Amino acid sequence: MASLEPIAVSAPPERGRIAWRRYFSNPLLVTGTAIMSVVALLALLAPWITSYDPYSIETLNRLQPPSGEHLFGTDQLGRDVFTRVVYGIRVSLLVGASVTAIAGAIGLLVGLASAYSPVCDHIFMRICDGLYAFPSILLAISIVAIMGPQTGNVILALTIVYIPSIARIVRSAALVVQEKTFIEGLRAQGAGVFRIMGLHMLPNVLSPLIVQASFVFAVSILTEASLSFLGAGIPAPEPSLGNLLLDGKNVIFKAWWMTVFPGVFIILMILGLNLLGDGLRDFLDPGAGSNKRFAKRKNAVRRRRRRSD
Amino acid sequence: MSQAPLLEIKHLTTKFSTEQGIVKAVDGVSLHIDPEETVGIVGESGCGKSVTAESILRLFDEKTTEYGGQILFEGRDLLQLSEEEMRKVRGNRISIIFQDPMSSLNPVYTIGDQIMEAIRLHQRTSRRQAREKALELLRLTGISDPERRLRSYPHELSGGMRQRVMIALALSCEPRLLIADEPTTALDVTIQAQILELMNELKEKLQMGIMLITHDLSVVAQMCSRVIVMYLGEVVEEAEVTTLFDRPLHPYTSGLLKSVPQLDGRRKQKLYEISGAVPAMHEVEACCRFAPRCPFATELCRSKAPSLEEAEPGHRVRCWHYKDIQANGGGSDGSGLLVTA
Amino acid sequence: MTKYIVQRVLSLVPVLIVVAVVVFLLIHLSPGDPASVILGDEASEESVAELRSRLGLDLPLYRQFFVWFGGVVTGDLGDSIFMDMSVTEAFFSRLQPTLSLAVLAQTIAVAIALLLGIAAARRRGTLTDQAVMGFSLLGISVPSFLLGLFLILLFAVKLKWLPVAGYAPISSGLWNHLRYLILPAMVLGFMQAALIARMTRSSLIEALGEPYIKTARAKGLKPGVVTYKHALRNAFIPILTVIGETFGTLITGASVVESVFNVPGIGQLIVSSIQRRDFAVIQGSILLITVTYVLLNLAIDLLYGLLDPRVKLNGGRGR
Repeated sequence: MASLEPIAVSAPPERGRIAWRRYFSNPLLVTGTAIMSVVALLALLAPWITSYDPYSIETLNRLQPPSGEHLFGTDQLGRDVFTRVVYGIRVSLLVGASVTAIAGAIGLLVGLASAYSPVCDHIFMRICDGLYAFPSILLAISIVAIMGPQTGNVILALTIVYIPSIARIVRSAALVVQEKTFIEGLRAQGAGVFRIMGLHMLPNVLSPLIVQASFVFAVSILTEASLSFLGAGIPAPEPSLGNLLLDGKNVIFKAWWMTVFPGVFIILMILGLNLLGDGLRDFLDPGAGSNKRFAKRKNAVRRRRRRSD
Repeated sequence: MSQAPLLEIKHLTTKFSTEQGIVKAVDGVSLHIDPEETVGIVGESGCGKSVTAESILRLFDEKTTEYGGQILFEGRDLLQLSEEEMRKVRGNRISIIFQDPMSSLNPVYTIGDQIMEAIRLHQRTSRRQAREKALELLRLTGISDPERRLRSYPHELSGGMRQRVMIALALSCEPRLLIADEPTTALDVTIQAQILELMNELKEKLQMGIMLITHDLSVVAQMCSRVIVMYLGEVVEEAEVTTLFDRPLHPYTSGLLKSVPQLDGRRKQKLYEISGAVPAMHEVEACCRFAPRCPFATELCRSKAPSLEEAEPGHRVRCWHYKDIQANGGGSDGSGLLVTA
Repeated sequence: MTKYIVQRVLSLVPVLIVVAVVVFLLIHLSPGDPASVILGDEASEESVAELRSRLGLDLPLYRQFFVWFGGVVTGDLGDSIFMDMSVTEAFFSRLQPTLSLAVLAQTIAVAIALLLGIAAARRRGTLTDQAVMGFSLLGISVPSFLLGLFLILLFAVKLKWLPVAGYAPISSGLWNHLRYLILPAMVLGFMQAALIARMTRSSLIEALGEPYIKTARAKGLKPGVVTYKHALRNAFIPILTVIGETFGTLITGASVVESVFNVPGIGQLIVSSIQRRDFAVIQGSILLITVTYVLLNLAIDLLYGLLDPRVKLNGGRGR
C-alpha cells in the first residue's frame, strides 16, 4: 500500500506576513504600542515641543488655569505645568526603563541559575522569598529614604524590589525545560552549564520574561510615582509626575489642573504598558492568557493527539 | 431489522464557530442503533466521532454551535427539544462516559456525593434511599468495599476503579442508551479487559444499547455487533463486524485494518486544521475526502464527492471504486489494481 | 494534615530570618551616621558621640544585630527616637484605623470582584466580559493615590457628599466612623477588586473547561448548579490565594492612601517616621508588618489545605 502523505492545501504564507497579521488582529498589542509610542515621542521631543523651562519660577504667574499660553496651566511657583508634565514623563520612562533593564538582566541570571542548580535555587529563592515578603512600596521607601532621595537611588530601590518577580518567572519557565529528559541527555554528553542555559533554556524563557518585563516597567512607573508623591522619590525641583501630584495635593481645591493632567498621563503610561504586556503574552503564546477560544480548540486538538500516541 | 431502532441519527451536521472560521466537525452522518446492540464507531483522532457522541446529548455551547439534521430517540427529535427537556434526557435516558476517568470526576467531592447527585437529580428519592442505590451501583460495577469508597475522593482511587465509578454514575438512572467514548484508552491493558467485560455484563442485565467509540480495532472485534467507520466528519463505511473485518470495502478501512499501530494523529492533525479554514473547506467538499491519501484515487475521486451507497444488505460504503476493489478481493491486502477509466 | 501544617510553619523560619536581616541592614548600612543625622549638622562632637553610645551604635554591626534581634524575640522593639513611647506602643496605637480601613476595603473589593468575575466567566466573549476586563485593567493601571485624589475632587470638592479627609474612631459612632473611611476604602479596594476579578474570571473559566464539568452537564444538571456547585468550588482555591495575597498589599498600600486622606494609621506612621529618620520605628514597624504578611500567607496556605482534599493527603500545594 502506498504511503499516506499529508495534504498540502496551499503553500504556507511567509513567516513575516503571518507575524504582521497576528499583530494587527491583537487589539491589546496594537493599542499598547500606540499609546507607548505617543508617550515616548512626547518624551523624546520634550525640548522642542515645550517653550518653557521646567525649573524657572515666576511667582507672578502662580496657579493660572489652562489657557492658550499655558496649555495645562501653571503651578504654585508659576512654572508651566505642560512642560513639567512632559519632562516628568521623561523621568518616568527613564526610571522605568532602567529598572526593567537591570532587574531583567539580573533576574534572568538568578532565575536560570536557580533552575539549573538546586544549591543556587535554595539560596536565591530564600532571599527572593524574603524580599518578596516585604510590601514593595515600604521596601522601596526605606531604601530611598535611607540612601537619600536621588534618582539613582530610586532606580536602585525599585530594581531590588522587582528582581524577585522576574527571577521567579524565569525560574519556572526554565524549570519546564529542565524537567525534559533531553537535558539529562545533554549533560551526559558533557554539555557545559552555560551551553545548556544559553542554548536550551534561554529561548523557552524569553517569552515569559518579555511579558513580565513589560509589567515590571508598568509597576515601576507606578511605584516611582507613589514614592515621589510621598516625598521619598525624585527630589524636588526635578519634575516627576509623582512630585507634581504632591504639589497639586496641597492646592487641590484651587487648582484642579495640577492634579488632573499629571494624573492622566500616569494612567496612560501604566495602561499602555499593561496592554502591551497582555498583548505580548497573547502574541507570543496563543495557548495562554485571554485568547482562550483559539486555545481551547488548539488544546482540544493537542489533547486528542496525545491520546492516540 | 424488525424492531424500531433505539437511536436513529439522520444527516447530523455539527458546526462550530471558531476564530478560524466555521468548522464542520460532523458532516451529514447517519446511523442507527438497535435496542441491546453494541455499535462501534471507529476512526482516527479528529474524525468527528466524539463530536457525534456529544452532539447526541447536545453538550456543546449552543452559542457557538449549530446542529443540523435529526436525532430520533424514544419517538422525539432530540435536536428539537428545549434545553430543559434535554436535561431530563441526559444522565437519565442516555448516559455518556468519557475517556479520561482521572479528570472526569470532580476532585473536591466524594464519589458518594457525585453518584447520589445523579440519582437524586432524576428520581424522587430520599438521601438514605439514594445512598442505598449508590452502594448497589458500586457493587454492580464490581467495586470492592463500597461503603468506604462512597466516602472516598476521586484521587484516592486507581484508574480502573475510577472508570467503574464513571460507569456506575452513568447507569445510576438505568438509561436505555450508553455512549462510551474511548472508555478504555486511558487504562492499562489488563484493566481494559475487565472494564469491557463489565460493560457487556451490564448491557445484558439492564438491556441497554451501547455506542462504543474507539480507535482500537481489537476492542471493536471484542464488543461490537456492527461497526461504523468515520473519516473527516463523514461515515465512510458501515457493516456488521465480521463482514468489516473479512471484506472491508473502503480503502481507508483496509488501511486501518492493515496498519493497526499506524493511526498517527499527527498527520491527521494538519489535515483537520486546514479544513477548518474557509478556503480549504471548498476544496475538501468538492472531492472525496480520502482521495489525497488513497492509493486508488482517480481523477473522479479528486473532482466529485461520492455518497454513501449500500454495497450489500447491511453494508454501506462511500467510495467510487468499491466495486472494483471488491472484485479484486476486497482490497484487504491492498493488492487490488485499478484500471482507470 | 498536621504534617502539612508543620511543614508550612517550618518553611517560614528562613524567610523570617532573611526579613529581619534585611530590615536591620537597611537601617544600618545607610551612608552617614544615624546619630549625626538625627541631631543635625549643628550638633557638637560630644553630643553625637553620646547619642551613639546611648543608641548602642558604637558596637560592631553584628553585635548590634543580635542586641536588636534579641530584643525582637522577647517582644521589645526599642523606643521611638522622636515620640515619647516604645515602638510597640506607637505601632499598636495606630493599628486600629488601618485595620478598619483594610477590612472595609477588602470586603468591598471581594464582594464586587466576585460578582464581576463570575459574571464575566459565565458570559465569556460578550460585552459584559469585556467590560469587566476593562475595569480590571483600569484597576491595576491607576495608582491608588491618584484615584484617591480624583475621588476627592469629585465627591468632596465638587459634590460635597463625603468629608474630604480625616478620621473618626469607632467610639464616635459606627456610621461616623465609616463615613470617613468610605472614600479611602473604595480607593484601596479598587485595585484589589481588579486583581481579584481577573483571577476569579480566569480561574472560573479554567475550571469550566475541565472534563468533570462535561460529566456534570452530561448528568443533566442545570447550568447554575454546574457553575456554582462544581466549577466554583474548584475555582475558589486560587481565588482565595489572591484574596490573601492582596490583603497583604492592602495593608501596605494603605500607607499611601492614608497620607492622602489623613487617616492616622500605620501607613502614616511609617511614612512620617521615614521622613523624620526615626529608625527604631521604621525597623520595628516594617518588621511587624512583614511578619503579619507572612503569617497571613501561612493562614491562606492552611485554608488551602482545608478546601482541597488532595492537599490534605499529599501534604503540598503542588505549586
